[in-house]
Amino acid sequence: MEALRRTHWLAHLILLAGVATFVFPVYMAIIGSTHDLGTIARGQLPLVPGPHAVENYTRAWTSGEGERVRGEPVQRMMLNSLVMAVTIATGKIVISILSAFAVSFFVFPLRMFFFWMIFLTLMLPVEVRIIPTYKVVSDLHLINTIPGLTIPLIASATATLIFRQFFLTVPDEMVDAAKIDGAGPMRFFWSILVPLSSSTIAALFVILFIYGWNQYLWPLLITTKSELNTIVIGITKMIGTGDAQTDWQLIMATVVMAMVPPVAVVVLMQRWFVKGLTESEK
Amino acid sequence: MTRRSGFDNKILPYVLVAPQLAITVAFFFWPAGQAIYYSLLRQDPFGLRTQFVWFENFATILADPAYRGAIGITIVFSVSVIGLALLSGLLLAVTADQQIRGAAIYKTLLMWPYAVAPAVAASLWLFVFHPAIGTLGRFLVARGVHWDFALNGLHAVILIILAASWKQVSYNFIFFLAGLQSIPKSVLEAAAVDGAGGRQRFWKIVFPLLSPTTFFLLVVNVIYAFFDTFGVIHALTRGGPSKATETLIYKLWVDGVVNLDLGGSSAQSVILLLVVITLTAIQFRYVERRVHY
Repeated sequence: MEALRRTHWLAHLILLAGVATFVFPVYMAIIGSTHDLGTIARGQLPLVPGPHAVENYTRAWTSGEGERVRGEPVQRMMLNSLVMAVTIATGKIVISILSAFAVSFFVFPLRMFFFWMIFLTLMLPVEVRIIPTYKVVSDLHLINTIPGLTIPLIASATATLIFRQFFLTVPDEMVDAAKIDGAGPMRFFWSILVPLSSSTIAALFVILFIYGWNQYLWPLLITTKSELNTIVIGITKMIGTGDAQTDWQLIMATVVMAMVPPVAVVVLMQRWFVKGLTESEK
Repeated sequence: MTRRSGFDNKILPYVLVAPQLAITVAFFFWPAGQAIYYSLLRQDPFGLRTQFVWFENFATILADPAYRGAIGITIVFSVSVIGLALLSGLLLAVTADQQIRGAAIYKTLLMWPYAVAPAVAASLWLFVFHPAIGTLGRFLVARGVHWDFALNGLHAVILIILAASWKQVSYNFIFFLAGLQSIPKSVLEAAAVDGAGGRQRFWKIVFPLLSPTTFFLLVVNVIYAFFDTFGVIHALTRGGPSKATETLIYKLWVDGVVNLDLGGSSAQSVILLLVVITLTAIQFRYVERRVHY
């Protein structure tokens, strides 16, 4: 019993150390967002909140412009990020559920060829085909547009594989019963398959929303107009060369606001999140 | 695996796969093919003439000391990030898997950094470790360490390793915890009855049974360290000081997007493509077999 109590004590210590390492930088960002430029620039940032929170957050949210930094308003960048994340997540789910439906419930020539084609995109991350993909988007006149920002990212081998995996567990009897009742394939899809997949859809939406929100290289490449900045891109643009004499209070307010939506999604939808994440393993 | 029962329709399945295939062809296969094609060409600086040069771009790249330097940095960076993120994730998961009070709360508190973008994680660490204004940066300077990641290459590498690992620990934690929870408790109880101690139970039972998860995570972490950390480096150091943090993906970006070297950057793309293909192939070979021991 004595030994057990000692290991519990040690376990709490390890876990608390982990939590502290995760929380500390975020805590400092929150503290930084409540002080003024002078306090931070003089290297006098304390460990407790200051009186400028309302001022800093209001300024970052509505204008994004400080004494040295000329950023975009956070409200606009948040909207851009939200549009991008929701479009990517929804687009991936829609086209993946359709293609998984096709390869799972129909027998047609080239079926496996198509399946492997979708599967092979796993091996082609955007990072390794940066310039040619940029050229395609530019030839389609989609630079600096929302479609250019999102459409090239909505092919999804992972989502297709997860839906296919789930569809293979749908019993044949259910398909037969639907056919006997006179349901066509699309009726079966809408009335039976989509409702059955709702928890898979929710789980995928959570991880794909985060994937979309956190995109970096692609928006950096495709958007040159600052009004199309996503919030993640906006932050690095505000930091610039990272001088001490910059509006860190506004940058940190922006950082804090940039973290709220994806972190809230993970915490509030934890069950779906873990399901979505660990199912992509298979 | 195919189903016994399905639908008959000559056109519908093609319509259903069409959107996915259109995007796949336009934005994946065509550009990847172009990258391979460009990697065999050389363009004059004005883009007026192109010449087919076989593997000359590859030879140039591989002989370039800057590229070799980037390979070295990528290896040091990746090994450190993967080691740090996997070991911390495993330690936290094994600890959180015990029956202790507040386990559910700890789980939530250890999970959220997954949602933080790599570039945002980098900004957080930049603010904390800034030598002039950061809380820990000033602490180090006050202790007599000449801490300055903007001038000192080693400091810059340490900082990007910390920022990149910080973000990845929760991912590994979530998977290790799921893996641990799928190990039947009866096996562990049987071992305990037979007199196996905690350490023995971990190394002889838990760790081997966890190997499929570990292997999966290893591949995912390699891909993360190679590619997804672009945001960390771009936000923190821009590859500097004097290329000390220029990894392969960052160099590809600099040569392709900033220096507009089409042939050279395409050759780099093809090399990275081979890395990804090898990793994915290895992963599927082993996942098929389900690694044990």
